[in-house]
Amino acid sequence: MIEIDIQKNLNGPEGKLSLEINLIINERSFSTLYGKSGVGKTSLLRMIAGLMTPDAGRIVVSGETWFDSGESINRSPQKRSVGMVFQDYALFPNMTVLENLEYARLKNTPVNTVNHLLELMELGELKNRKPTTLSGGQRQRVALARALVQKPAILLLDEPLSALDNEMRNKLQQYLIDAHKEYELTTLLVSHDVSEILRTSNDLIVLENGKVKKRGTPVELLSGKDAGGKFQFTGEVFSIEKQDFIYIISVLIGNDLVKVVAEESEARVLNIGDKVLVASKAFNPIIKKL
Amino acid sequence: MNWEPLILTFQLAIITSVLLLIFAIPLGYWLAFTRSRIKPIIETLVSMPLVLPPTVLGFYLLLAFSPSNTFGAWIDEWLGLRLVFSFEGLVFASMIYSLPFIVHPIRTGFASVPPSLIEASFILKKSKLTTLWRILIPNSRTALLSGVILAFAHTIGEFGVVLMIGGNIPGETRVASIAIYDEVESLNYASANAYSLILFAITFLVLLGVSLVNGQSLNRFWK
Repeated sequence: MIEIDIQKNLNGPEGKLSLEINLIINERSFSTLYGKSGVGKTSLLRMIAGLMTPDAGRIVVSGETWFDSGESINRSPQKRSVGMVFQDYALFPNMTVLENLEYARLKNTPVNTVNHLLELMELGELKNRKPTTLSGGQRQRVALARALVQKPAILLLDEPLSALDNEMRNKLQQYLIDAHKEYELTTLLVSHDVSEILRTSNDLIVLENGKVKKRGTPVELLSGKDAGGKFQFTGEVFSIEKQDFIYIISVLIGNDLVKVVAEESEARVLNIGDKVLVASKAFNPIIKKL
Repeated sequence: MNWEPLILTFQLAIITSVLLLIFAIPLGYWLAFTRSRIKPIIETLVSMPLVLPPTVLGFYLLLAFSPSNTFGAWIDEWLGLRLVFSFEGLVFASMIYSLPFIVHPIRTGFASVPPSLIEASFILKKSKLTTLWRILIPNSRTALLSGVILAFAHTIGEFGVVLMIGGNIPGETRVASIAIYDEVESLNYASANAYSLILFAITFLVLLGVSLVNGQSLNRFWK
């Protein structure tokens, strides 16, 4: 169990922000921090990792106190069992893929860990390459593998997939899910992408103005409880066409384009690019703005 | 032609650059990452030799190390080092004089390594020393190399400091720049010209080396 109760005043690009977070995260959960940029998601990850010091509060992980302002405890990043995948991946450019992973190995790390991770992330053929020669998706896999070498108690992912295209994202989400299961991780992901959250997470934390605004399962929070549909998908409005009295709305769900019929009143509130929920209630699909 | 001043010059430049590299890495690291309040003062002191007349530096070093005052006598007695009119003194003075030329590139090199690399290393449970050795230094190789080359070239060219604290002792403190002055004073223009030409050529090659390094052209030899 991870208990976070911290307070920090930040001077961000959008002015001052008072971050007050009180959270309990269960072990082995896949939690996502969701919210606009500048609400303190990355800062929260950095405070858990020990790269930033909260003004007050405490962070306790599996009974070990990592930070406690009252008792002046503040463990250095080296003394916290965290793995982190940075937005820019932070691969060491002077080392090959294999050397990057070897660098992470500690004295007591089993010898085959690195090989196993190279296999799990399908990096075997790339192991002697330098990071600068890799594609974005490959770098992301190296960064994830490197973060897992020490089997951290918490895996922190700071928008690791934001720079990748859709197809690559889908593939890498699967790597994340596989690694999360295999390494019995407690994962904390920062993400803006609704489909990514629905696919990977079982716990969603919505931040607003430096505070936890909502908390629950992703389906519950992202779709609204009142839909009650049996089949539901989220997607993005691709086009809106008027045909006689009805509207045909094309929605991009994953990689598929789905056409949904809507009435004028429903179509009026939608714009191209909106995130929408497509659900089947009884027999008629309904479409609703998220 | 007497090769002694040239050999002495290069001995001085090599020893000075090597010692400076060892000293400038921790100092550059400190300057790049510290948030200490005394940083501006240390920064200014390090940069002083850039603008201070070398004779001023040499004069104060001469006063400080003279065995006739307390500090100089103490060094003489306890460390067995006489720093005035000796090669050791020249090394020490050259180190101070060339310090900014090596510290500035190293500090800039360290500061331009992306912070996330350093943080990633810390999160991987690596100490600051390991991070310096395995991440910062390898990723600022070009900065380190150009710092060493600049310090080397600058030491070859110094005159004022050397003359003040070293004097003109053949085989001990008579470096090429002093020898040139000496030969001109004795109207031996041919020999002054020989020394000058060699220094000119070497300084040109060294600076060409720096611009090649900075232009990354040498990178393929390193990778």
